[in-house]
Amino acid sequence: MTRLTNPSRRGFLGQIFSAGALVIAAPLVPKLKAAGTWQPSVYLGIEPDGTVKIVAHRSEMGTGCRTGLPMIVADELEADWSRVQVIQALGDAKYGSQDTDGSCSVRDFYDRLREAGATARTMLENAAATKWDVSPDECRGQNHFVVHAKSGRKLAYGELVALASTAQAPKQNAIRLKTPDQFRYIGKDMPIVDLKPIVTGQAIFGIDARMPGMVYASIERPPVMGATLKTCDDAEAKQVHGVQQIAMLDLAKPPYGFKPLGGAAVIANNSWAALQGRKKLKIEWDLGENAAYDSASYKQAMLDTARQPGRVARKLGDVDAEFAKGGKTLEASYYTPMLAHAAMEPLAAVAEFKDGKVVAWAATQNPQAVQTTVASAVGIKKEDVLCHVTLLGGGFGRKSKPDYVAEAALLSKQVGKPVKIVWSREDDVHFDYFHSPAALYMKAAVDDKGHPTAWLQRSVFPPIAMQGNPNEQYGGFQLSMGWTDIPYPIPNLQVENGPAKAHVRIGWLRSVSNIYHAFGVQTFTDELAAAAGRDRVEYLLELIGPPRVIDFAKEGMQQGGPNNPKFPFDTARLRNVVEVAARQSGWANKKPAAGRALGIAAHRSFLTYVAAVAEVEVHDGEIRIPRVDIAVDAGRVINPDRVKSQFEGAAVFGASVALMGEITAAGGRIQQSNFDRYPVARMNQAPFETHVHIVAGDAAPAGVGEPGVPPIAPAICNAVFAATGKRIRELPIKGQLS
Amino acid sequence: MIQLTINGKPARFDGDPDMPLLWYLRDELDLTGTKYGCGLGLCGACTVHLNGEAVRSCLTPMRTAAGKNITTIEGLAVHGDHPLQKAWEACNVPQCGYCQSGQIMQAAAILKTKPHPSDHDIDSGMQGNICRCGTYQRIRQAIKMAAGVQA
Repeated sequence: MTRLTNPSRRGFLGQIFSAGALVIAAPLVPKLKAAGTWQPSVYLGIEPDGTVKIVAHRSEMGTGCRTGLPMIVADELEADWSRVQVIQALGDAKYGSQDTDGSCSVRDFYDRLREAGATARTMLENAAATKWDVSPDECRGQNHFVVHAKSGRKLAYGELVALASTAQAPKQNAIRLKTPDQFRYIGKDMPIVDLKPIVTGQAIFGIDARMPGMVYASIERPPVMGATLKTCDDAEAKQVHGVQQIAMLDLAKPPYGFKPLGGAAVIANNSWAALQGRKKLKIEWDLGENAAYDSASYKQAMLDTARQPGRVARKLGDVDAEFAKGGKTLEASYYTPMLAHAAMEPLAAVAEFKDGKVVAWAATQNPQAVQTTVASAVGIKKEDVLCHVTLLGGGFGRKSKPDYVAEAALLSKQVGKPVKIVWSREDDVHFDYFHSPAALYMKAAVDDKGHPTAWLQRSVFPPIAMQGNPNEQYGGFQLSMGWTDIPYPIPNLQVENGPAKAHVRIGWLRSVSNIYHAFGVQTFTDELAAAAGRDRVEYLLELIGPPRVIDFAKEGMQQGGPNNPKFPFDTARLRNVVEVAARQSGWANKKPAAGRALGIAAHRSFLTYVAAVAEVEVHDGEIRIPRVDIAVDAGRVINPDRVKSQFEGAAVFGASVALMGEITAAGGRIQQSNFDRYPVARMNQAPFETHVHIVAGDAAPAGVGEPGVPPIAPAICNAVFAATGKRIRELPIKGQLS
Repeated sequence: MIQLTINGKPARFDGDPDMPLLWYLRDELDLTGTKYGCGLGLCGACTVHLNGEAVRSCLTPMRTAAGKNITTIEGLAVHGDHPLQKAWEACNVPQCGYCQSGQIMQAAAILKTKPHPSDHDIDSGMQGNICRCGTYQRIRQAIKMAAGVQA
C-alpha cells in the first residue's frame, strides 16, 4: 500500500494515489477485473499480459498476512512472485470472514486459498492441453508457464487466459494440490510486499487516508461509561482558528457492542485545530452509576470472589474429597490488571456519506463489521457501505471494533463533507475496549513427591460478553482460552469461574484470556515445583504427562476454540516445545546465580504450542531480560521469517505485560492517558535478544499472531523467583523488586 | 508568514504559528510518512531532522521551524536508498511499519554523531522511539549493519 508507483509491486492504492498528488480521489473501487482479465476465483485474477492479481482479504497490522495469504495462492498457481500484485479487498462477505483476529487468517483459509490457486492452474493446464491437443495429464503449470515436457513446448499464463476463461471450473476432485516437497513459496522466507513503501514513508495507514474536501473531527466523549450530557457550551471552541462547527452525536446506550460512544465533535480544517477546539469545549456530564467504579477496590472484590466457590466449568474426580484428606496443600491468589491496546497508530478512518451511501477508508481489522456498524449507525443497508482497508499501524484486537469508523460516517452525514476522525493518544487509551483485569485462585493437594493429586483453579474477570449484555458476569467462551483446556492429567481437577460486572467496555487484546490463565497455571506450576525442590523443566514435563491426544470433546468441552478434529490437543507437541526451549536456552548449564536466572513457561493457545525460557538479571530492584528463547510448534508455517518476527514481537509485548502494563480507574474514569503513565516496553527494557525456534511440522497450520504472548509473563516471573526468591503473584512487576 | 525548507524545497505557512510541525507536514503538505503517535514527545513516531538534528515534530511549533531546514523520511534519500533504509529492508525490520519512519530518522541522527555505535549507544539513543510490535532487536541489527558494525 503505497503512493509510490512501483511497477513491479504496485498495489491498487498505488494506482489510485498518484505520486505527488495532494488530494487523493478516494471513491474508486479497486479494479481486480480490468478488461480481458480472467477471474477464476474471488481471490485472484490473471490479465492477458500475465499479471497475476491476488486478493488479500484480511487486514495487515504487522502479522504478515497480506504477504502470506497471497503466497499460498501463488504457490498452488505456480505464479512467478515478481509478476504478482497484491490487491487489498474491500469489505465483502463473498471472501468469507475478514475479521482479522483470533490468529486464524492462515488457519481458516489455507485450504481454500490453495484450492483457488490450484483450480486456476488446472484450468490453465487444461487450456494448454486443448491448444496442443494433448492430454491434460501431460501439462504442468510451472513458474508462470504451462509446460509440455514430452515436446518441450510451453505457453505463458497470459497467452492462455482467453481460452481458460471460457472453460468450466473443474470439480474439486479434479484439481491436483501440490505435495509439500513441491511448494515454491510456502515455507520460504519472503519479504513483506509493503517493505519498501514502509521504509520510505510512502505506506498508507488509516491516519494517512484522504478524501477530497474532507474536514477533520475530534470528539469529546463521555468520560465514564454510561455518562450522559448535562450541558455543552461550545462558544469558545467555535472561536478557535480553523474550527468550522460543533456537531453533536447521540450517546450510545447499552449494550455497547461496537456502537460509537457519541459526544460533542469539533469539525475543523486540520487535526490541530480540531484538537485545540476540543480543549475549549465546556461540557458537564452526569456521570451515572459507573462513576462508583474504582479499580483498586474492584481488584480486592475480585480477589475475594476468587476465594469463593464459582461456577464449575470442568470437573474430574472430586477435589473437595482429596483436599479433605488433610495432606499437604498449596494455594495462591494471582492478579493481572486491565490493559490498553495502545497500537502505535491511534484509531483512524475517513468516511463520506453521500446519496445514501458511505465510502470509508479505515485501518480496520474487520471491514465487514465496518459495513454493518456504519450501516446501522447512519440508517442504510450494509451493501451501501464501501469499506476500503488501509494498512493498520498495529491492531492487537482493538481495530476489530469499528466504533471510530461509524463516528466518521455519522459526522459526514451531519456536515455534508467527508470527515476524517482524529483520535488522540489520550482518546485511544481512555476509550479502549480494555483487556479485562483478572483475579485467580489456585489450590493443589500434593503427594510426597510433590505431584498434585487434586487441582482447583478459579478465575474471575469481567467478560467480553458485556458488549452484548452489560449484565453478563461470567466468562463463557473465554474459559476455553487456557483454562478449561489445562492439559495436566490430574485425577481430581476442577476448573471454575466467578462473576465480575464490567464498568468499562471490555474487549479482546492479543491472546485475550490466555494472558491471565497462563499466568495463573504456569506460575502455580512453578510454585509447586519450587515447593518440591524440583528442576522446573522436569517438573513441568511431568505435569504435562505422557504423550497423548486429549479428547476434551469426550468431556463435552470445547478445546481451546471450536472443536476441530484437525487440531487435537497433542501433549507430545507441548512436551517437545518445552524440551526444545530448554535445550536452546542452555537450561541445563545455566544454574541460577545471584540475581540472574532462567524461568520457563509453556502454553497452547490458538492451537499452537509454545514454550518460553526467559533469562533475567535483577540488580538493585532493576530488572533486565538479556535473552528469551521461544520454541513454537504452529504446524506448517507459510513465511517462517514472519512467524519468527511475530514471536520476537510477542516477547516484547509479553515483557510490557510482565514489567509495566497497568490501566486503573478512579471515579469511573481511566487514569492513564499516554505513554508516560501507560508505559510499554522500550528498546532498553525489552528482551535484548529473542531466539525463536520453529519446530517444523506437517500438521495443519495454526495461529502465530497471538500464541507467543501468554507464556512470556510467567516465564519472566518464574525467572525472577529463581533469581531473587521473590514470587510475583500480581502484575505488573514494576515496584515489587525494590 | 513562516518560511522554511522541507526536503530541500522552499515552503511557506500562514496559519497558527503554535501548530506543531507534525500537522503542517501531514495535513497541509500530505507528507504522511511522519506519524502521529502521542503528541507529547513520548514515542518518537513523528521524528524528523531540523537542521540535521532529530526532533519530535509533534513538539516543534511552526514558529520554531521558521527558517529551518527540515528533512522528513520522504527526503532522507532521493531514491529511498539511505544505508539505513537498505539495512531495514535486508533485516526485514518492519511488522506493521507505523513507527519505522521515526525509528529510521532517529537512527540516522545517531549515526551522524556515532558512526560506529555500540549496543549501549543504540539502546540509549533509540529508547525514545516506541515500537509496539516489538521490532527492537532487528532495529538494532539494522543500525549495526548500516554502520558496518559487527552484529
